[in-house]
Amino acid sequence: MGRVRQHQALEERLLFERSSPGKVGYQLPALDVPQVDPEEALGSAHVRDEIPGFPEVSEVEVIRHFTRLSSWNYAIDSGMYPLGSCTMKYNPRLNEAVARIDGIIDAHPYQPECLAQGMLEIQRTLEAYLAEICGMDAVTLQPAAGAHGELTGLLLIRAYLESQGDARRVVLIPDSAHGTNPATASIAGYEVVEIPSNRLGMIDLATLRDAVDDSVAALMVTNPNTVGIFEQDIAEVAAALHERGAQLYMDGANMNALVGIARPGDFGVDVMHLNLHKTFSTPHGGGGPGAGPVAVKRHLEPHLPLPRIRAAESGLGFDWDRPASIGRVRAFYGNFGVLVRALAYILAHGGDGLRNATVDAVLNANYIRKGLEGHYELPYEAASMHECIFSDSRQAKHGVKTGDIAKRLIDYGFHPYTVSFPLIVRGALMIEPTETESKHELDEFIAAMRSIAEEAERDPGLIRSSPVTTRTSRVDETRAARKPILKWQGAGRE
Amino acid sequence: MRYLPKSPAEREAMFAELGLASEEDLFASIPADLRQQEPLSIPPGQSEYEIRDYFEARARDAARGYACFLGAGAYHHYRPVVIDSVATRGEFLTAYTPYQAEISQGVLTTIFEFQTMVAQLTGMDVANASMYDGSTAVPEAGMMAARITRRNRLLVARSLHPEYRQVMDTYDRYQGLPSETLAYDPQTGQLDLADLDARLSSDVAAVLVQSPNFFGIVEPVREVAELAHKHGALLVVIFSEAASLGLLQPPEEADIVAGEFQSFAHPPSFGGPYVGILATKSKYLRQMPGRLVGETLDADGRRAFCLTLSTREQHIRRAKATSNICTNQALVALMATVYMALLGKRGLRELAEQNLSKAHFLAGALRSAGAELPFSGPFFNEFAVRPAGGSASEVNDLALERKIIGGLDLGRFYPELAGALLVCATETAKREQIEAYADCFREAADG
Repeated sequence: MGRVRQHQALEERLLFERSSPGKVGYQLPALDVPQVDPEEALGSAHVRDEIPGFPEVSEVEVIRHFTRLSSWNYAIDSGMYPLGSCTMKYNPRLNEAVARIDGIIDAHPYQPECLAQGMLEIQRTLEAYLAEICGMDAVTLQPAAGAHGELTGLLLIRAYLESQGDARRVVLIPDSAHGTNPATASIAGYEVVEIPSNRLGMIDLATLRDAVDDSVAALMVTNPNTVGIFEQDIAEVAAALHERGAQLYMDGANMNALVGIARPGDFGVDVMHLNLHKTFSTPHGGGGPGAGPVAVKRHLEPHLPLPRIRAAESGLGFDWDRPASIGRVRAFYGNFGVLVRALAYILAHGGDGLRNATVDAVLNANYIRKGLEGHYELPYEAASMHECIFSDSRQAKHGVKTGDIAKRLIDYGFHPYTVSFPLIVRGALMIEPTETESKHELDEFIAAMRSIAEEAERDPGLIRSSPVTTRTSRVDETRAARKPILKWQGAGRE
Repeated sequence: MRYLPKSPAEREAMFAELGLASEEDLFASIPADLRQQEPLSIPPGQSEYEIRDYFEARARDAARGYACFLGAGAYHHYRPVVIDSVATRGEFLTAYTPYQAEISQGVLTTIFEFQTMVAQLTGMDVANASMYDGSTAVPEAGMMAARITRRNRLLVARSLHPEYRQVMDTYDRYQGLPSETLAYDPQTGQLDLADLDARLSSDVAAVLVQSPNFFGIVEPVREVAELAHKHGALLVVIFSEAASLGLLQPPEEADIVAGEFQSFAHPPSFGGPYVGILATKSKYLRQMPGRLVGETLDADGRRAFCLTLSTREQHIRRAKATSNICTNQALVALMATVYMALLGKRGLRELAEQNLSKAHFLAGALRSAGAELPFSGPFFNEFAVRPAGGSASEVNDLALERKIIGGLDLGRFYPELAGALLVCATETAKREQIEAYADCFREAADG
């Protein structure tokens, strides 16, 4: 069918099921110092018995095991991965290579500053570029992921407001926001008040003005929002908050729509995070590691996490003397290896290249939107930025839901879009192609989606029973949650 | 731009299809006065060769070719090449979080194996798919204990990694979780059990203790557990050196185990990315933060895996989630899974024994050079040491001249230990390097 051909997928047991006593996949160098008796050195009560159930396999089996497992994954290296708000773009291999250079990958976080100049230079350069891209004054690279950046950002707001005499109580969050926003606000000790979107899918200025009072610490906004629309009134929103002493936080999940085109700092954002694993191409790796740098305006800078990098005559070093800092959000200096990759991405594009990537990303999303209009219901008419949102309302009449369409898309050789998000669109299909996709790939995707729309009318049962071309047929998630099996249960108990 | 796959003609055709005359039209929905007027002040795009040169130059401005006796939460271990052979496979490297189980069984299976091995190593019933790192796993464990016990005081060992404690302070400040530090015994370097006993009361949610602790000393976990449990508090056992799990009695008496798996997965990389773990008893599963992979069946009745119990998580529960954590560290967890598979049951033991032997040889060599170990408690692969004469910085300056990075000056975090060094020897420390570092102690003392 289309671009899919069946091929063999080799079966593979778990490591524990390949195990046999005495097999090894390693050899350590001969010990060049006297062997110490563990029981003597540690006391017998502190020494463990052998690790029950732990695998014993050979090196070739390890390679085959993981190679077979890898063949069961879809990946951006295989094809388009149109997950909305996830920005699944090509992960340049050069970035993997430079992150592994000796001297960088083996640098110890506590090695003397005189031997860490290269690392500090990488961080300082990345901080400067990210600040330039966002139109902000300072950046911390410490947060390990987007949600971690959100927490850092809210703690910065909190510290700033406290320094003004009142931390306030409430964080406003639009109903279209990612789940991490309200979860983060809770962790930062704030009460969440949800702001309903208007019928255009945007923040309603009048509603917002009504909601902002002296108890409000901040609004967390995603822009472009999760419907893929630029918040037209963002400057007025910022002004409304600032008038009442509140701050504007921007979730930078959708920054791939703005790089080189518009800068959050220019439209009133006080603090924002970036997802380096989205906009700046660092690999998702099946769910991490990410990095969530936070960019701030000058008034929040004194509160940034410890330590900061400072330049002195003797070279670069860490500044620990920052009494207004919120403290640390992570040990050491962040996911440094991820930062290296992001810097390599920026260097490869340059300023113009980054802008061109944004143009292609927005072009691709609008091309898909045009290609699918008339086949799927478009809940919002406003212009799309880097992603477009449809609803399943036409297909739902035939009993086909967005989740079913997603599974059928797998049979056409694509990873599904984001299913049922944002929550304000019933049965949402959220599609973000990124700049990585060629016209050919987009045309195939559009053709597949149109074909599924036809199937929904002709043969809804086929869609509901998909995927049919994968090694694994539809996975029973309900069963997994009903009686959780979270580790291997041992031989003979399969 | 080499990463953008469109010819000018294709781009033009797409603009035409959309009825757009210019790039500006594409961004018409952004009010004109909010659009960037000046181009980004970032130099033009560079070739692969230039970028490689740039990073090679940065790497030369670092510690290439040095022996290193630093540990303190980031450890040098030998990494078999197979780890990167697997982790750079695009099918793992460039996959997203495995929400679509039918085309993500590879990632899901490896996470299931990771969870299993973490549980086996720690003696816990269940482990999650991983945390950002050890330092952030600690406050998550503390908050989890508070949810379980509905109490709010946390007692935190002062011998817990100081940076982990700092992270904990940042997280807990607005959670209404006051934490107090527990003293260490200045003789043994272990937790001061009398201090613990005195501070325990019916409002303590958890006792958090690291073993081996920041000083490398193995803690009497069983005794700590008995005291904590007597007062209805949970015990959280933390570790930053996963290699110790191959040899040390697993903390089965703990209620939650939080730790750092960097040693099994990733070189120090100037502090990250690492991979934290969180494991617990089955009865506390529902209060656990982070992703979990569970076993189930597909529509044809074959074994399959999927993300599960997501009703705890932020994308479902939003403001009421167990944590705001969204990602795990899947790729680094995969590296750890490959490492654990290669070393296996015997390898982890042998690795740990080599670490123990090297560190004790280092201790003997430094003692011979006149240095003293301030703590008498049993240590694994790192320990505190006080040079006989001359300061810690003199020792380390001398070492740097010989391309040796010495231990961490403990005065940085513990004023009362100023002048003492925390030194670490893993299986990567060669005998001649150890002897050369001991010479630095001797020469500084002879001054």
